[in-house]
Amino acid sequence: MATTTTKTEPLIGKRIKRREDPRLITGTATYVDDIQMPGMHHAAIVRSPHAAAKILGINVKPALDLPGVVAVFTGEDTKDVGPVPCGASLPGLRVPHHYILARDRVYFVGHPVAVVVATDRYIARDAADLVEVDYEPLPAVADPEKALAPGAPAVHPEWPDNVAFTYHQEGGDPDKAFAEADVVVKQRIVSQRLIPSAMETRGVVADWRPGDKALTVYDSTQIPHLLRTLLAGALGIPENRVRVVAPEVGGGFGSKLNVYAEDILMGFVAMRIGKPVKWIESRRENFMCTIHGRGHVDYYEIAAKRDGTVLGMKLKLIQDLGAYHQLLTPAIPTLSVLMMPGLYRFKNIKADIVGVFTNCVPTDAYRGAGRPEATHGVERMMDILAAELNMDPAEIRLRNFPEPEEFPFATATGLTYDSGDYAAPLKKALEIIDYPRLRAEQRLARDAGRLMGIGISTYGEICAFGPSPATPAGGWESATVKIEPSGKVTVMTGASPHGQGEETTFAQIAADELGVSIDDVLVLHGDTSVVQYGIGTFGSRATAVGGTAVYFALQELKEKIKRFGAMLLESDDVSVTNGQCICNRTGNAKTLAEIAGASYRAMKLPPNTQPGLVSTYFWEPPNFAFPFGAHIVVTEVDRETGDITIKRYVAVDDCGRIINPLLVAGQVHGGVVQGIGQALCEQAVYDENGQLITGEFTDYAAPRASRVPWIETDHTVTPSPVNPLGVKGVGEAGTIGASPAVVNSVVDALKPLGVRHIDMPMTPEKIWRIINKGTNA
Amino acid sequence: MKQTINLTINGKSYSHEVEPRLLLIHYLREVVGLTGAHIGCETSICGACTVEVDGKAVKSCTMFAVQADGSKIVTVEGLAANGSYHPVQQAFWDEHGAQCGFCTPGMIMTVKQILERNPSPTEQEIREGLEGNICRCTGYQHIVNAVKAAAAKMGA
Amino acid sequence: MIPQPFEYARAKTLKEALAMIADGAKPLAGGMSLTPLMKLRLAAPERVVDIARVPELHYIREESGEIHIGATTIHYEVESSPLLRAKCPLLAETASRIGDIQVRNRGTIGGSAAHADPSADYPAALLALEARICVVGVSGEREIPASQFFVDAFATALEPGEVIREIVVPATGDDTGWSYQKAAQPASGFAIVGIAVRLRKESGRVALARVGVTGVAGKPYRAERVERALEGSAGSAADVQHAAAEAAEGVEASSDLHASADYRKHLARIYTMRALTTALSRIA
Repeated sequence: MATTTTKTEPLIGKRIKRREDPRLITGTATYVDDIQMPGMHHAAIVRSPHAAAKILGINVKPALDLPGVVAVFTGEDTKDVGPVPCGASLPGLRVPHHYILARDRVYFVGHPVAVVVATDRYIARDAADLVEVDYEPLPAVADPEKALAPGAPAVHPEWPDNVAFTYHQEGGDPDKAFAEADVVVKQRIVSQRLIPSAMETRGVVADWRPGDKALTVYDSTQIPHLLRTLLAGALGIPENRVRVVAPEVGGGFGSKLNVYAEDILMGFVAMRIGKPVKWIESRRENFMCTIHGRGHVDYYEIAAKRDGTVLGMKLKLIQDLGAYHQLLTPAIPTLSVLMMPGLYRFKNIKADIVGVFTNCVPTDAYRGAGRPEATHGVERMMDILAAELNMDPAEIRLRNFPEPEEFPFATATGLTYDSGDYAAPLKKALEIIDYPRLRAEQRLARDAGRLMGIGISTYGEICAFGPSPATPAGGWESATVKIEPSGKVTVMTGASPHGQGEETTFAQIAADELGVSIDDVLVLHGDTSVVQYGIGTFGSRATAVGGTAVYFALQELKEKIKRFGAMLLESDDVSVTNGQCICNRTGNAKTLAEIAGASYRAMKLPPNTQPGLVSTYFWEPPNFAFPFGAHIVVTEVDRETGDITIKRYVAVDDCGRIINPLLVAGQVHGGVVQGIGQALCEQAVYDENGQLITGEFTDYAAPRASRVPWIETDHTVTPSPVNPLGVKGVGEAGTIGASPAVVNSVVDALKPLGVRHIDMPMTPEKIWRIINKGTNA
Repeated sequence: MKQTINLTINGKSYSHEVEPRLLLIHYLREVVGLTGAHIGCETSICGACTVEVDGKAVKSCTMFAVQADGSKIVTVEGLAANGSYHPVQQAFWDEHGAQCGFCTPGMIMTVKQILERNPSPTEQEIREGLEGNICRCTGYQHIVNAVKAAAAKMGA
Repeated sequence: MIPQPFEYARAKTLKEALAMIADGAKPLAGGMSLTPLMKLRLAAPERVVDIARVPELHYIREESGEIHIGATTIHYEVESSPLLRAKCPLLAETASRIGDIQVRNRGTIGGSAAHADPSADYPAALLALEARICVVGVSGEREIPASQFFVDAFATALEPGEVIREIVVPATGDDTGWSYQKAAQPASGFAIVGIAVRLRKESGRVALARVGVTGVAGKPYRAERVERALEGSAGSAADVQHAAAEAAEGVEASSDLHASADYRKHLARIYTMRALTTALSRIA
């Protein structure tokens, strides 16, 4: 008979190998495309080749005539399902009706127009080519600033100005601050559109059981429960008859924090054909039709005193929304505004957002979601201010941080930073990199004509989303912990990890709380028929919110264990430790297996106690958590070619208490490399007609191993007071810290040429042009 | 129209009738049922589909199954032997070389080839060797560590 | 991702292959060029003949001061061939810079040449080596100098029904310096600019300079102005700089997302300088 194994050494803080890895390294994990079902059909989607066009007619007959094709559906067939939901609400927000298949008009290249269903993947693809769509192309606009210009083509004819919303936020007295300032610096800063590029594209398998009137959807998603609720609504099925399973999910980075037309469409198709149906997105579709990130044009002004003390900041933010609102599209730039003061004492701020429709795929949450743009802005502006005042960029930052005793620290944007010692990671990073020696080396390099740069960013981020009133769908997370009759421990979390490793970190938490071996703990997630309701994994929230829910579920469970233990040990002074319930007076103990057995057998029950050992906890966080850190980057620019080489990368992060340093390092590395990607090479490029030029990995430059540096990581640890684990969050930190550090470094390298700012991506050609003209780009 | 192919996959013989246009990756995944190799792009860039054909790591999305007729194929599922992982698999586990895991089988097959040809690569050689495999999660650093660890173990 | 249907046959002999090609079948070897086009449905041959296992097309051998490379020799075999590394290191170095390990394990020298992608690596080296492309059809064989083989982007001197049989390059000695230098497109790895250089010095003077350029224009070319400027000089740093300045003179450079025409021409000069410098430093 199986029993639990006791252990005494705590696992939190240890470098524990991941428990999910055996299936990944052996190729036996089950991603959506690995699912096969008897009678399963395959769908292929006919998409618009035009960024804007009227649909004059669709002839599906040639496709239907192909043997193996069972159905073709168009917008006429699907007009009563959907729409694709927008979960964000802002005052005055214009929300276009987002049909799951286009009706009389298409709005971006890749817009779904029809779906072909066949017995075989290859036949479905062949048949998609046979659907004849008669388009009348219309003028399109792909650039948000051009979309705002008078006379620009209207993306949605009903709103000729292309403005989806405007949003204003103010704190303190910005006009007074600017009037009193010794110095004001201004800069236009672009955060270009990026393509999230999770290695697994999206995919859906939908299975309709007519007898049960029940739909099961296997979906590569970060939010199975929210998807279930929204799918049920879009398809008109009772929610309790929809099951969503997020199987193994091959990365998301925010792009799978959404409900897409295809999710709803596959449910529709399965119900119509009465057979399971599979749709797997191609990489080209992924680049055309899955959300993009960023897409900002920002106009910054900051006001400061001569000694470098910052006074105020103004921001005009133009957000390229694309043609529609996906789940959170219009909310993303509001996060930028929340974080615009960065880690500094900006007491006076003013921000104006203009959300702009363009004939492009919608933007939405991509790793960092609004915060990388804000951090990039403030960190660039701090360097521009330092240059203006001839101050060292480290010094100007140290001058403007709140002191540790000022926490909780209220920002001018209405946030309360939980805890922090913002100077600590910067000082540590400066020490690791030996800053004075490095600056001396730079002087020598400059004397020798070399372009060497040192860039600093001290980033802060808002994560652990979040208090429910501040989120569109609830910000809590749930956990159920049960001790099985044999004493084994099962954790069911509402978080939905897709690479982050919570099957390991949550097992560490449970093993420590109960004092059992981690091998006795299993963490389940991602299946709405297994897990109580949950919110999902995004916004660096899984450990800080989901892990905390696990922690509180365990506390309740321990209380129940103690009640059974007290009964069995005939003592009222017991504690749970080392996988046992121990009488503190006698030292007599009952193992968890013995207690679990007694609780399920229920021959005798403690007073007012139900049988079984199961506890469910929905934890509502009282605040966000605010990680921070300092990244320092040393670059060298090849004067002849414009090539940038990152010579050193030091990242000192403070993500609060660390559960598993191995996994935290992995998150930092991955995040940093996505930030480096934005800084150096990644960009989604549309031409003037709205055609996506970077439509494949042959043109969209996702960083390769040979182009990224070794990343030296270190930490300071400032526990968050928001949750009892003291954790903050680390999934997005690297991305947020990286892009300004890299750009600041390259601007510093080119400073002798009079360069003050460079927009991303800093391609070799762009740098070469700057070197040759000595101007800003 | 369909043609018969005979080949060996992970030491077992297979014979199937296939359409000439059937890609090797689809053959392995959907006909044979070995879903370890994945499809991450259409343009032979990402390397998620990497398997070994006659001792050489190849992108199985850019090869037709008929081209592999008569070949010996090894996929990630065929690496573990006698109940223990291949040293490259073990190193990916030990060094946290996988996050979402989607690129991992292709990475492992490429790393196996790198180490067969260069048993003790430098960091730069490792990074250049991974040119044909994109990972979006790890920033590659723990993969580099895994290659070093596997090299040390296989050389020992 | 999914090609259109086609008929497939594997040729066992060259004769068999030629008969099928004459009959309209498209030759397929490693498939690194053709297969991606078929998957994107930019190419849709009705019939394909697999020539990868034709023994008469697969070899690397030395004959009377020249090295003969069968058309289906894969890039990895070129890169790692002891014979080529010793006697035609420029070709081995160029092969090592193509794509990635998996591509080099499948792609063939004949396939790359026949596809004539204007950003491919091999053409630069074949031009600098003054290689001969031996092509064969049902009516017989002929040899085409590399300088006449690459006609335009994706267009060669191959006639319908013809296929490349082998590529012949000179065996070079210690008196020869070589280098292939490349600015890779960051996403695809193809050459934005690729410069292949072969140099020989006699009595302190550059006696022979051959410079092949890929990526810069619609087709690869020999930078003959660079060659003429360098030949007869001592090969000093100033000579190299002076010669390299001619690398893209009179050339209509390509322009795309990754590099404008101006930048390509600039890189052509810089990489020519670097390749010449490296090649000179390698002369024993």
